[in-house]
Amino acid sequence: MAEPILTVRGLTVDFQTNDGVVRAVKGIDLDVRPGETVAIVGESGSGKSQSMMAMMGLLASNGRASGSARYRDQELIGLSDRRLNRVRGAKITMIFQEPMTSLDPLYRIGRQIAEPLVHHGGYSKAKARPRVLELLRLVGIPDPERRIDAYPHELSGGQRQRVMIAMALANDPDILIADEPTTALDVTIQAQILKLLADLQTKLGMAIVFITHDLGIVRRFADRVYVMRSGEVVEQGQTETLFTTPGHPYTKMLLAAEPTGRKAPPPANAPVLLEGRDVEVSFKIGGGFLAGPTVYLRAVDHISLALRRGQTVGIVGESGSGKSTLGRALLRLLPSRGSIRFETHDISNADRDDMRPLRRELQLVFQDPFGSLSPRMTVGQVITEGLLVHEPSLPARERDRRAVEALREVGLDPVMRNRYPHEFSGGQRQRIAIARAMILKPKVVVLDEPTSALDRSVQKQIVDLLRTLQKAHDLSYIFISHDLAVMRAMADYIIVMQRGRIVEEGPTEEIFDAPKDLYTQTLMAAAIDQTRFRQTA
Amino acid sequence: MLSYVLRRLASAIPTMFIIVTLSFFMIRLAPGGPFDIERPLDPLILENLNKAYNFDKPLWQQYLLYLGNLLQGDLGPSFTRRDFSVVDLFSTGLPVSIQIGLSAIVIALILGTTLGAIAALRQNSLTDYGVVGVATLGITIPTFVIAPILSLAFGVMLGWLPAGGWGTWQHMVLPVATLALPQTAIVARLTRGATIEALRSNHVRTARAYGLPPFVVVVVHTLRAAILPVVSYLGPTAASLLTGSVVVETIFGIPGIGRYFVQGALGRDYTLVMGTVVVIALFIIVFNLIVDILYALLDPRVRYD
Repeated sequence: MAEPILTVRGLTVDFQTNDGVVRAVKGIDLDVRPGETVAIVGESGSGKSQSMMAMMGLLASNGRASGSARYRDQELIGLSDRRLNRVRGAKITMIFQEPMTSLDPLYRIGRQIAEPLVHHGGYSKAKARPRVLELLRLVGIPDPERRIDAYPHELSGGQRQRVMIAMALANDPDILIADEPTTALDVTIQAQILKLLADLQTKLGMAIVFITHDLGIVRRFADRVYVMRSGEVVEQGQTETLFTTPGHPYTKMLLAAEPTGRKAPPPANAPVLLEGRDVEVSFKIGGGFLAGPTVYLRAVDHISLALRRGQTVGIVGESGSGKSTLGRALLRLLPSRGSIRFETHDISNADRDDMRPLRRELQLVFQDPFGSLSPRMTVGQVITEGLLVHEPSLPARERDRRAVEALREVGLDPVMRNRYPHEFSGGQRQRIAIARAMILKPKVVVLDEPTSALDRSVQKQIVDLLRTLQKAHDLSYIFISHDLAVMRAMADYIIVMQRGRIVEEGPTEEIFDAPKDLYTQTLMAAAIDQTRFRQTA
Repeated sequence: MLSYVLRRLASAIPTMFIIVTLSFFMIRLAPGGPFDIERPLDPLILENLNKAYNFDKPLWQQYLLYLGNLLQGDLGPSFTRRDFSVVDLFSTGLPVSIQIGLSAIVIALILGTTLGAIAALRQNSLTDYGVVGVATLGITIPTFVIAPILSLAFGVMLGWLPAGGWGTWQHMVLPVATLALPQTAIVARLTRGATIEALRSNHVRTARAYGLPPFVVVVVHTLRAAILPVVSYLGPTAASLLTGSVVVETIFGIPGIGRYFVQGALGRDYTLVMGTVVVIALFIIVFNLIVDILYALLDPRVRYD
C-alpha cells in the first residue's frame, strides 16, 4: 500500500467559549493515501468539519488546534498563514457545503477561479483565462465562454458548486477536501455533482476526503471510512467491511437511521381547521411603472386543501414548485386570491391587524435553523418573544417558567436558555424553533422543510418529536418537504405539487403504493432507490 | 442603466413640485409676515410694500407667480436682506458651504473607513477598543460643543489658526474638523461592523482556504462588501453637509447658506425659506441617485431595468 500523503495524529481542536473550553475534536488519527477516497462520516457537531478546518487554518478566531497533521513532509498545524498559503489552494483544496455563499457575489466567476492560478500557479491574469475556460469545460459548465463572465448569482446552486470544483482543481491538487458538497442541492443535482467528482478523480487522480453525513454517498464513493462522534473516531475501516459488519453501536445506529413509523389519519369526523379554496399567488417578475406591461409568475395556481384537527397534510415537490409559497399564503403571510378559512374566521382578505389575534394559533417553523433564529437574542428571549406580543401582561417569572417547560418538551436542557443560537447544533436549533412555536399553544403549525438541513439521525429525532407533540396537543400540521422518506413518516395525506399546481393528492399509503401521475412516479422511484440503498447498507 | 437614471430624474420633477407646493403653503400658515417689525410700519408704506411684492394678491395667485418664477430659475427677492435676491445669496453662500461640506465628507470617508477597517481586522484588540471609544465620543459630542472648544483652543489660546471668519485655507480647518469629526466616527463604526460581518462570510473563508494573500482577502473580498452600508449612509449625509450647517457657520462666522434656513424662517423671509428648501431637496434627490448608481457599480446583484 502506498505511503500516506496526509498523516493526522492526535489532532485536537478547542474552542474558547463563555462556558469554558469546548473540545470539538479529541485527538483523532487519520491517513490519506494518494488517489484514494476517504470518507469522514458523522452527525453535525461530531467534529468532522472542524478537524479539516483546523488543518487548513480556517478555524474561527476562538478555535485552537494542536497535535499533528503532516502533508508530505510539511507539518500544517501551527504553520504561519504565509507558509500555509503555499499548501492550501494549491496542493490541498476544499469545496464547501454552501454553494450559494461560498463564492464572492461581487466578482465574476472567471476572476475567482483565476485567483488561485495567479497566486499559486504563476499565471498572469491574461494567461489564466484559457486555463479557466478549460476548467469550466472540465466541470461541465455549459457555454463556458459566456459563463466565465457571469456573476455567482446568475448561476444555479449546482453550477456554483461546479465552479467551486473548478477552482479546487485549478492547481492540480493532491488532496481535495469536499465538505458536504451536495447537502444543499436538489436530489437530481446531487447525483450529477457526485458523478462529476468521481469522474474527475478517475481522470486526475487526486485523493478526495469526503466529509458527509450521507451513508449512501459513502458507500458509493469511498474506499475507506472514518466514523466520527463527539470529536472522536469511533470506527474506521474499508467501506465494504464497515457496511456489512459494523462494529461500533454508533455505526450501527447511523446505518439504521431512517425515519420510521406512520402517522395514523385523524378520525373522519375531525373538524376542518384550515381550509383553502382556489388559492392563487402571483409574483410580479417584471414590467410595471414606466417599464411596460407587468409580468406575473403564478407560483400557486388554484389550489384547494382542507386540514383537519390532528391531521398532517404533506406538500411534496421539488424546489420552485410553490410548496412553501402555498404554506405561507395559507397563513396570510403572503397576499393571495381565493378563499381561506381558519375555524370560523374567513381570513381570505384579512390584513395584519385582523390576523394578529389569530397568529398565535397559526405558527410556522422554517427550514433553516441557522437563519431563522436571531443571533443577537438568547434562546430564552427567542422562544418567549411571541408571549410578549400575545400575552403582554404575563409576569417575567411566568414567561421564564413557560420557556423552561417548552424547552423540556422539545428535549432540550432548560439551562441552555441563557445561551445564544450560534452555540447550538442544527438539530438543537430546530428544536428551539419548534419550542418557539409550541410555547404559544398553536392549533395549526406549518412546517416548512423542518428536517431538510439536518442529519439523517437528527431528522429521525425531529420527526419523532413532531409526532409526539402532535399527539400530545392534538396539533394539525402542514408539512412541506421534498424528502419522501420523512414525508412518509409524517403525513397522513399528501399533495404533490409541480409548477404551482397539484398533480396528485391522496392518503399517504395510496400515494406511495400506487402513484398515478407520471411525475409522482418519478419522485417515488428516486426515493425508493435511496431507501433500498440504505436498507442493503 | 441610462434609462434608469433618466427615469429617476424624471420622477424628481413631481417630487420637487410636491415639496415646493407643501412648503409654500406651510410657511404661509405661520402667523406674521416679512414686514412685521417691532415698530409698526406706516400703513401706507406697508400697503405699498405688499403691492410691490404681490402680497395683496390672493394666495393661489402668489403661488402660481412663484412657480412661474421658479421655472425660470428666479427664487425671488430676499425680504430680510433687502438688497439681494435669493439667487444672489445662494450664489455667494453655496460655494462656501460646499467647500466646507465636501472637505468634511472626504476626510470622514477616508479616515472613517480606514479606522473602521483596521479596528475590524484587529477585533477585540487595544486598537479596536481605542477606535470604538473615540468613535463613540465623536458621535456623542454635539458640534455646538466641539466648535467653541476648537475655536478656543486652536484659535484663541494657541493662536495657530484663525478663531473664526473666512478667506484663507486656514479659516477652513476648524469648521471642517468640527463637521468631519462626528461623521468620521459614524463611518468608522459602520465600516467596522460591516467588515466584521464580511470577514465571517463564507466567501472570505473560501478566499482564505485558497491561500490568497492577506491583501487580496481583505481588500478585494472583504472591504468592497463592507463599504456598501457606508455608501448608503453617506448619500443623504452628503446632501445635508453640503448645504451648510447653522451651528458651524454661526460659531465660526462663515458666510455659507446653512444659516439662511433658520434666519429665513424666523424672519418670515418666505422666499429665502423656499429657496433653501428647493436647494436642499435638489441635493437630496441628486445624492440619493448617486448612491443608487454607486450601489449598482459596487454590487452586481443590484440591477435597475
